[in-house]
Amino acid sequence: MLKRVHFPSSPLPYLLVAPQLAITLVFFIWPASQAMYQSFLIEDAFGLGSEFVWFENFQVLWGDQHYLDAFWRTGIFSLLVAALSMGVALILAGFAQRVVRGAMVYRTLLIWPYAVAPVLAGALWVFMFNPTLGIFPYFLDFVGIDWNHYLNGNQAMALVILAAAWKQVAYNFLFYLAAMQSIPNSVIEAAAIDGAGPGRRFFSIILPLISPTTFFLLVINMVYAFFETFGIIHAVTQGGPGTSTTILVYKVFNDGFVGLDLGGSAAQSVILMVLVIAMTVVQFRYVERKVEY
Amino acid sequence: MVERRPLTSLLTHFVLVLGVIAIALPIWITFVAATHDQFRMNQVPLPLWPGTHLWDNLNQTLFGAGLSGTEGAPVWLMLLNSLAMAMMISLGKIAISLLSAFAIVYFRFPFRMTCFWMIFITLMLPVEVRILPTFEVVANLGMLNSYWGLSIPLIASATATFMFRQVFLTVPDEMLESARIDGAGPMRFFFDILLPLSRTNIAALFVILFIFGWNQYLWPLLITTDTSMTTIVMSIKQMLEAAEQSPQWNIIMTTALLAMIPPIFVVISMQKLFVQGLTETDK
Repeated sequence: MLKRVHFPSSPLPYLLVAPQLAITLVFFIWPASQAMYQSFLIEDAFGLGSEFVWFENFQVLWGDQHYLDAFWRTGIFSLLVAALSMGVALILAGFAQRVVRGAMVYRTLLIWPYAVAPVLAGALWVFMFNPTLGIFPYFLDFVGIDWNHYLNGNQAMALVILAAAWKQVAYNFLFYLAAMQSIPNSVIEAAAIDGAGPGRRFFSIILPLISPTTFFLLVINMVYAFFETFGIIHAVTQGGPGTSTTILVYKVFNDGFVGLDLGGSAAQSVILMVLVIAMTVVQFRYVERKVEY
Repeated sequence: MVERRPLTSLLTHFVLVLGVIAIALPIWITFVAATHDQFRMNQVPLPLWPGTHLWDNLNQTLFGAGLSGTEGAPVWLMLLNSLAMAMMISLGKIAISLLSAFAIVYFRFPFRMTCFWMIFITLMLPVEVRILPTFEVVANLGMLNSYWGLSIPLIASATATFMFRQVFLTVPDEMLESARIDGAGPMRFFFDILLPLSRTNIAALFVILFIFGWNQYLWPLLITTDTSMTTIVMSIKQMLEAAEQSPQWNIIMTTALLAMIPPIFVVISMQKLFVQGLTETDK
């Protein structure tokens, strides 16, 4: 934590941490505590006064079918995004680590979606799936699927999941590839001598050995799907049709900035903060355990 | 590879090429859309092969009126805004976290752990969850529609401080001892020994933070109402809305392409640093 050898005490360290502490206080701790305070208030209809109501905002949320639906939707959405992007990344990494020459070429070609902003990813996919013009609806029409994500909630959800997973494959691929490359060659060779083919080696040796990475990625992908997909949803569906793609982060934004329900939005923020903190704690517990070969 | 299996190798390359095609397809289609004129982009089926209008589209997007029917800023200005925001966020983050990590690792002072935990807490709170109150703070400070408002609230984050703390902890104690024997003060030690030693870590972090800053969406969307402060990533959404009336997909996709190129260029050209930065900040 602290160096064994260090500088004598002086006012200098305070000056050094001051910028970061100031920004943390003004833009993190103060707003977060404001959110917490506001979550206990109900403003009247004209925004003139507010009343302290303890946990009423939370109770209202708990009884609100829209909110509970959004909760489930977010859970399903993030699980599917994580499963899809991690599955594809695992398959690609599993094959890429077999390639001796050209592995880096494949890596270069696979990692760039990471650099694409979520809202741009949304724009690209919405363009490809545009019901009147897009490439995919044109081909889907031949197999008898009538694609219109502006009307069909399930199709809208599928499109948002596809766009979110596409962007995240690059990240998962990098971590899977690194994990697979750090497995000692002797382990793989021993399995091969015992007569295990590539498929058997993948499932019986590689997959169990990279399970810590899988767990780590699962948490990261869930956090990604919970919070960073706002741009995708805002660009592709704006939570619609109806509320079929309104996930929690989108609802906080929508209720707060569009619906101007400050107390309700703040209560939702607080619930989200608790969720983030829980996920971070889970992730840190994992980091402490690390890999055991 | 352990043994020779030509069939498996063939399958390997087949799957990988398929993967590359699937991953690259959206970007390819964007590029193709940016090379055709508006007339072609309104005919079904849309082209899958590039046309000849890339320069016209680039010219019209960058310097022309852009998308008709919107009163947006010119695209070159949006690119500049994005660049300014990304640079301020990444350089600001690196600067303040280097300083605070230095203080936390190399000094013993009262409330050291309090400082550490206050910084640590920010690791847990993405801007999306505290968006409304943060917006109010920025509005009260009069920082709406300014580069400061765009960048400073996103500057504080614990990840960078954490990473530098780890890096500093691996620097041998003898470095500091010998520096002190030679009469170097704390700042001299920081600039002449610590900074050069963590050069590659700084570069790796910069790559990640630049992409993070460039791709910000919700925050700029909220705090910029003045069109001259629009960032390129934000503008895509407005264009998509306008597309429902007059679909000018060639212009929209050219803008999307322009918005993607800088971060993709950074990732590809600094791949090694990028991978290092990614694995260091998250683990």
